[in-house]
This record gives sequence, structure tokens and C-alpha cells, in this order.
Amino acid sequence: MNRIALAAALLATAAPLAAETHVIAPGEGAQERLQEALILAEPGDEIVLEAGRFVLTDGLSLDVDGVTVRGAGMDASVLDFTGQMGAGEGLLVTSDNVTLRDFALENTKGDGIKSKGADNIVYHAIRVEWTGGPKETNGAYGIYPVESTGVLVTGSKVSGASDAGIYVGQSRDITVRGNLVQFNVAGIEIENSRNALVTGNIATRNTGGLLVFDLPGLPVMNGGNVVLRDNIMKDNDTANFAPPGNIVASVRRGTGVLVMANDGVLIEGNTLDNNPTAHVMVIAYTQPFEDARYNPHARNVVVGPNAFGRGGDDPQLDGKDMLLAAFGGALPPVLWDGLSESPESALKIASGVTGWTLNLSKVGQSLAEAQPGPLMLTPTTSWDVPEVGAPAALEARLK
Amino acid sequence: MRRSVALLLLACASFGAVLGHASATGVAAVSDAAVQGESFPRKLSDFGFFAEAARQVPAAGVTPYALNTPLWSDGAEKLRFIYLPQGTQLAAEGDGLLRFPVGSAIIKTFAFGEGEARRLIETRVLLHRAEGWVALPYRWNSEQTEATLALAGGRLDLVTPAGEAISYAIPNKNQCKSCHSKDGEVIPIGPKARNLSQEWLGGMAAAGLLDAVPVDADSLPDWATHATGPAQPLARAYLDVNCAHCHQPGGGASNSGLDLRWEQDDPHAIGIMKRPVAAGRGAGGHDFSILPGQPDKSILLYRMDSAEPGVAMPELGKASVDRDGVAVVRRWISELKD
Repeated sequence: MNRIALAAALLATAAPLAAETHVIAPGEGAQERLQEALILAEPGDEIVLEAGRFVLTDGLSLDVDGVTVRGAGMDASVLDFTGQMGAGEGLLVTSDNVTLRDFALENTKGDGIKSKGADNIVYHAIRVEWTGGPKETNGAYGIYPVESTGVLVTGSKVSGASDAGIYVGQSRDITVRGNLVQFNVAGIEIENSRNALVTGNIATRNTGGLLVFDLPGLPVMNGGNVVLRDNIMKDNDTANFAPPGNIVASVRRGTGVLVMANDGVLIEGNTLDNNPTAHVMVIAYTQPFEDARYNPHARNVVVGPNAFGRGGDDPQLDGKDMLLAAFGGALPPVLWDGLSESPESALKIASGVTGWTLNLSKVGQSLAEAQPGPLMLTPTTSWDVPEVGAPAALEARLK
Repeated sequence: MRRSVALLLLACASFGAVLGHASATGVAAVSDAAVQGESFPRKLSDFGFFAEAARQVPAAGVTPYALNTPLWSDGAEKLRFIYLPQGTQLAAEGDGLLRFPVGSAIIKTFAFGEGEARRLIETRVLLHRAEGWVALPYRWNSEQTEATLALAGGRLDLVTPAGEAISYAIPNKNQCKSCHSKDGEVIPIGPKARNLSQEWLGGMAAAGLLDAVPVDADSLPDWATHATGPAQPLARAYLDVNCAHCHQPGGGASNSGLDLRWEQDDPHAIGIMKRPVAAGRGAGGHDFSILPGQPDKSILLYRMDSAEPGVAMPELGKASVDRDGVAVVRRWISELKD
């Protein structure tokens, strides 16, 4: 083959086809038309959901890298799963470099959108809602990226999830920014994940606002390096409606931030108001476990300066009346179980932060053995701010 | 009984055809171009897998097979076939998945109804192309003359053998992959040596279509013994076949930490005293996937015993409850000791 022919052949095979836009309208056959477009899309393509209500019977799925699914707005293009008959979620994404933006999912039977093993995914201006309000029969998670590296969830809105509105699990390099989560059991949950920035979100009317969990027995372990900064956790007072058996069913109504186990969590610049059990709770994992990789202690949790409003005044805790009397009508903002792997390795507080401790002495101890007392930690003046968050390229996709 | 006789007859016809004996059904030829090409053939007949499609009589080079313990799909009758291009053969790798040459295909037809009333609903094909396996679903027309590609899947109402009226879901191409996937690649699930009979393996080897019958290979129990056989192997085989394609490392449900493969022997990994991770209301108020001796407090059985989307497991390919499967797993959990 001569050189020119070779070059021509290379051009013919290597030149990417121009990215295409596939516009899908609601109406008759929307299920098949939309699913077929998701299957036949090529990397770089955009699937556009026209304004209107797409009445769907089955979960959708996307398995092509580099596809954008874009609606006409989170209140304009609605995927309605009220009549869903199958699949565990509304939309399942299993490919990389996907962007989901400007559309809504309503009343999925299971989770809203799940992305699994889907690296570098962007969720922007997505609404996931169970329209009947908080109910045990609602799906577990609204926005559910798991086992992924590079996750950006921004400008989205989730309400009614019977577990967490936005749940990021077993992932790394994560930004959750500027979302509104309300009337979920947990507003936002970061679980068994590393390098997460949770910032500028509003969590209100949930059972608990922001949860940072590390659990045993999962394929991906060792959660930590999480920064919770400049969020508003206000009026998280919805009674826990999680189905029993789930770990979030143990979250007390009225929790602003809950850190359980984990290594390295920084909580600063947040506004916490009217969270009746505790603005910030830092505890060890208390269930029995048999996972040699697991450390049940909270380690290196820093509560920096935050704006603490009223709170701790109607705690969902045994001995509530005695506690309130002892602390003068309201519990101080930070609640710690007192458990530490080594002295002072669990929790550090900035000057001016007050709290109380259960003064437990070993993991798994009954709360009946608690000896509540004021938090007597020496304030820290400086702390490390870890490098966290999604890669900049994900942010750039939205510009 | 009728079904196994039919399968035997088919097997004889096909082995005969492969061995070059005269066979009335062995005249049609499979299109290797359709199997190995890059396109998605629009019609099932484009492949030429069948000499008589409506009766599911295979073409030359297409061999029927059956599984010791099959995947349950709302009680559908399943007609399974393997296509091997001329001059190729399968290779056994212990008791695991047989290794298929490029150019081979696996064909599975789902049917409901007995005898004259039998209706073919869909045929799923797995094509082993140079770049990997491709899974495609084909939906039969009501005349039963042709099945056409249903990339986006579909639904139809039917009555199961158990007498339940259901909305049956034909999976879309992505849903094919959500079960047929490990570490993001499409793979076959069924034809593992341990789930194929010694007779079939021996016949294939004798016909030159399998390199060798694996020695000392494990064997899953024959599901026909489900009512009276020992519960432990039956239950573990059932979970392996019906659940483990997702519930294993690298599978679609790997993040649950539940690993239901036959070879997994860590009690916690198979769910014993394992707490749920992302079960939501699927937990049914229970604390553990399997609580020994307590089937009614075990999430695994609760989800098997449900047909409600969001609770029911498996999530795909099921609109009703497999009473036999539930009974076996119930019996096994009841027998488990603390």
C-alpha cells in the first residue's frame, strides 16, 4: 500500500463520525423510542428529551460512553415512572463520561438514577421526586452513583427518597454542589467513598441532612477525606420513614450532619439551624462485624467554625427530659459518642465550638451506659484541608 | 416428560446432522456472515439457526442443550441451542463456562403453552464476534413465522404455567447485558460444565464438538429433584443460576457485597448474617440477607417471594414468583444452624 492510500485509509477509519443529536418527543411509544436511542447512540451523541411527560413502564438504561442526555429543564421534561412494572431503577448508566442534565424522574419503583462503574459522570439540574411525599414505599435513592471515579452532582433536587436523596457509594473524586434535598430520610449520603467535596447544598426537612458513613463488608472500603463546607442544614425534622433493616433507619429525626466511622472529615462554614436532635453527630459504627479491613471508629473529624442556630431542643434520645434539663433546655451543637481509637484521634473542634459527649468507652456499648457530659476538648487552631472533589474536566463540561 | 423426549429427539437429529448422516432437518445452513458481521440482523431468520423455526428444529451445526438447574423466567419453556461454525469446537475449563470459539452463537427461545397451544415469545441470541459477545433479543410475531429484532425490548400480556396473568417483559439489549456481564464485558451465563449433563458433554466430545469432558468437575443437581432432593445443593445451585450473574464480584450487583456463586464458601458473602447495603424497602423490615433457621426473617427469601417492582429479585426477567425456587431456598434456610 502506498503512503497516500495508507493515509486515506487511516483517515477513513480514524475520523470520528460527527456527533449526532437525537430528539425524542413524549407520547406514544416513548419507552421504545427513548430506549432505542439510548442503545444506538454513539460516543459524543446527545439525546434530547423534548418538553413534556414521558409515560414509561420500564427502567431505562445507557451503556454507551460519552453520551449526553439533556432535557428542556427539570420541570419541563419529566420521565414519569408512576406505572413502572420492572427494573430496579428509573435510569441505569453503566458507561463512562456521561452527562445527564435538565430533566426529571418521578415515582420510580426503586432508585431514581443509578450509575454503576460509570466514571466521570455529571448530573446537572436533575430532579428526582416521589410526588406523594415521604413514604416508606418510595424508592431508596434518588441520585445513586456507585463504584465510580469522578462524580459531579450539581444543581439538582431530590425529594421523598426512603433512604438518601443523593447517595454516593464506593466511589472517589466526588463533588456534590448546590443541590436541594428535602423530605428524604437522608438528604445526602457519602458512603465508603474518598475525596468528596459536599458544598453549597441545602438539606431541609429530611430526617438527617448530610451523612458520611463507612460500613464493613463492602467491596470498596476505607471511606474518608470528605469536606462538608458552606452547606445549609435547616429544619431536618421529618420522622424517619426508612424501611426497617436499613442502616439509615437508625438516623435520629433532627440530625444536621452525621459522621459514622470514616477517616478524615472536615465540617466548616456550614449553617445549621433548627435540627432538633443534634446539628453535628460523630459516632463509631456500633453493629457487630467480621471484616478485618474495617475500622469502626471515627478518626480525624474536624468541626471548624460553623453557624449554629437553635437546635438540640427536641432530641430523639432516651432520657431527653433529663438531658434538656441538664443542658439548660437545649443540647449543644456537637454530639460525640466519646469513642476514639487513640486519645483525641476521633474529634477536633475549633475554638468556640461547643458540644457534649456520651462518654462511652468501647465500641458497641449500650447507650444505657452513657455518662453524658459537656465536651471538654482543647480547641485546635489549624487543620489540614485535603485535596478533594471531582476532576475539573467535569465542571468544564457544563460551561 | 414430553419435553425431555422432544429434546432428546432434537439432540439426535442434530448430532446426526453434524456427523454427516442423512438428516431431513440438517439441510439449512447458518449464515456465518450474520453471526460474525458488525450489524444487528433485523430478522432471526437472517441467521438461519433453524431448519424449521416455528417448530424450533435446528439447522446443521446447531445443537440443543439443557441445563441441570435452569434460570427461571416466569415458568417459560426454554429451548436452548449452541451453534459452532464448521471445524470448530468448544473447550472445557474445569467446571466453569465452556470456552466458545469466535463465530459461535448461543440461542435461547422462550415459549409458553403446551403442545399445539405453544407460542414462541422471544428468542435471545448471544453472538461471539471478533470484538466480543453481542446479545440481541428477537420478538416472535403472532403468526409464529418470524422473530424481529427488539432492541428496545417490549411487553406482552400472557398467562404463566402457574395460571398467573402477567405482563411479560422482553429485555432490551442493555438489559441483556445487565445479566450477561462481568467487569463490563458481555459473557454467556448458562453453559457451564457443572450445569450440563455428563451425557451431553460426552455426546459433544464424541462428536468432536468439545475438546474433552472435564474430569472431576462439580455438577449442579438436577432441578427435577427439587421437591425431595437435599436442600443445600439445590438451593445453592438455584442461587448460582438465578442470582449470581449479578451477585458476584464484577457483576451488576457487586456493590451489594453479596456473592451467590456456587463456589463461594464464605458464609457472610453468601448472605448469612449479612446486613443489607442498598436494599431500601426490599429489606422488608429484616436485618439480614439470611438469618439461619429463619426463612421468614431473611431478606433474600423475602425478595424472591415478591413480584413487586423495587422489592422483587431478580430485578429483570421476573413478573411472578417461582414457588418451587422459594420452597427450596426456604427449606435450606430453615435447615441452617446458627
